[in-house]
Amino acid sequence: MRPILMVEPVLSVRDLAVTFHQDQGNVRALEAVSLDLFPGRVLGVVGESGCGKSVTARAILRILDRNGAITAGSVLLDPGTPGELNLSALPAESARMRGVRGKRIGLIFQEPMASLSMQYTVGNQIIEAIRQHRDPGKAAARAQAIRLLGEAGIPRPETRIDVYPFQLSGGLRQRVGIAMALAGDPDILIADEPTTALDVTTQAQILALLRRLQRDKQIALMLITHDMGVIAQMADEVAVMYLGRVVEFAPVRRLFAAPAHPYTRALLRSVPNMRATPRQRLATIGGAVPQPNARPAGCPFHPRCPDVIPGRCAVETPAPVPHGREGAACFHAAVTA
Amino acid sequence: MNVLDVVGLSKHYPIRSGLLHREVGRVRAVDGVDLHIARGETLALVGESGCGKTTVARCILRALTPTAGEILFSAEDGRTIDLAPLSRRALRPLRRHIQMIFQDPYASLNPRMMVGDIIAEPLTVNGVGSAERHARVTALLDLVGLPAVARTRFPHAFSGGQRQRIGIARALALNPRLVVADEPVSALDVSVQAQIVNLLLFVAHDLGVVRHVADRVAVMYLGRIVELAPVTDLYGEPRHPYTAALLGAAPKADPELRDAVAVPMGEIADPTRPPTGCAFHPRCPFAVDVCRVERPDLRAVADGHWSACHRADELTLAGVT
Repeated sequence: MRPILMVEPVLSVRDLAVTFHQDQGNVRALEAVSLDLFPGRVLGVVGESGCGKSVTARAILRILDRNGAITAGSVLLDPGTPGELNLSALPAESARMRGVRGKRIGLIFQEPMASLSMQYTVGNQIIEAIRQHRDPGKAAARAQAIRLLGEAGIPRPETRIDVYPFQLSGGLRQRVGIAMALAGDPDILIADEPTTALDVTTQAQILALLRRLQRDKQIALMLITHDMGVIAQMADEVAVMYLGRVVEFAPVRRLFAAPAHPYTRALLRSVPNMRATPRQRLATIGGAVPQPNARPAGCPFHPRCPDVIPGRCAVETPAPVPHGREGAACFHAAVTA
Repeated sequence: MNVLDVVGLSKHYPIRSGLLHREVGRVRAVDGVDLHIARGETLALVGESGCGKTTVARCILRALTPTAGEILFSAEDGRTIDLAPLSRRALRPLRRHIQMIFQDPYASLNPRMMVGDIIAEPLTVNGVGSAERHARVTALLDLVGLPAVARTRFPHAFSGGQRQRIGIARALALNPRLVVADEPVSALDVSVQAQIVNLLLFVAHDLGVVRHVADRVAVMYLGRIVELAPVTDLYGEPRHPYTAALLGAAPKADPELRDAVAVPMGEIADPTRPPTGCAFHPRCPFAVDVCRVERPDLRAVADGHWSACHRADELTLAGVT
């Protein structure tokens, strides 16, 4: 058993559990999720809607909806260093947590309009974000905002800084969203479906931009997506999530060459193939993701699994993949490495 | 024999300004589109936001009235009817023959109706008796792969993909001659089955899923068709740089092909101020002087393969064969 990387992670999620309180009862959205983010690496987090990938991001940043709570586990910033900070133990609205958001961990949303106000110019919002973190003064903050917009690939940033978000195309708005996320100079970025709302040519541009910024600044990037194509293009390591668990963790090449979990295999089969023969049927994953309050007993994937072991998968739950190791939470797959 | 012939379809919107609300310009959302769909054929109409693909679909469904052009629909009795100028009243008897599968299965299903009633609604409206209606709903549920118990349940009990199947079952209830599907991505396994949906105009924003469903593909850019070809030819040997850009920009689900992704330059042009000449020229890596001045017409470059590119014959563009 060896860790995947010899570098120390900058953020470690350990056995994280999140529960939402609803009228119909409590919903366990995350169960024992463990992840590591490393400087200069891209962790891809992939799964269908409802798998808990966005909840993981929101739990790390402590911006869960009011009815959601972390019930177990920890989120360690700078683990193993003297400055180690357990974010899950901080009050969500504490000054330290606010200092972490933006300054240490930047967030990029699917719809950049969610992070931008319609009533203020692009520049006002980025300048405010800069001055919140460390105020260099108004003129210097404006110069820095122009530099950030330029870094985010916005043409003529010195004029674009004075426009309102609604005057920009979807692609430019996402570039502004990226500039906003970088305003506090974070070393960790969480991008939640950053290109899902974009056209394919714009998506390629935004992904290339994210890749370049992440490499240049040695940022630890957590990229959340439902799209295996985006994963293949961007990720170094991949966590596949299903119903609030990480069901497989692997380096990207291994994941695509030899997926170990039946769910990962099903996800890969359902990707449209640009080389398909005409009218070749596209495989789909049988059944649907169960409602979160009707979680199946045993392995959560067993009702949809083509390789289900009778008498076992419906009863026993496979152990989670030990953190830092590659492998799958499946009775068929031995944990390797 | 074609089920649908669209000839010279245009939809322009006036840009008004000033005190007198005078027309100062026009957005040519759709500008001279020709399409035909043969019996049993699926044609995909592909393009990015603002290209006019949804406007074309809405004109064919006559949710919009075209500014110009003909929409020739071949009716059951062999007559050819131009839908473009028809009034709402004249359209009513034809509606049952042209059905729509919506992009958003959540918004298109009445949450207070049981699934069986949703599917039966078009039958009821068209005076089908209750015994026949019951049998037809059973057959339709089976056809789209939903369990028979779905009949008495409400839409909220179903996932997005299942709701899309409900929408498909409803669209097929009256055996329409033409189905227009606006990016019904989550129920692809259903729409791919040729025996279920045979006459289809499939509107999509990228080329990924289209490969699995279409016989022919039309690619739109800024209101016009820039390339049209049988699916294998379009992917294998694109003859328009925009099609090649769409193919190159699509993420490849293979980490070994990471470097094969080509990042296109520029942004989709503003439709209120379209570029001169070829609308794609500011983003085209192959643009020459003529592209900036003269608008290329869609012309045959090979058998059944059409391209609106001045340089279609001299360029060798990368496909995905």
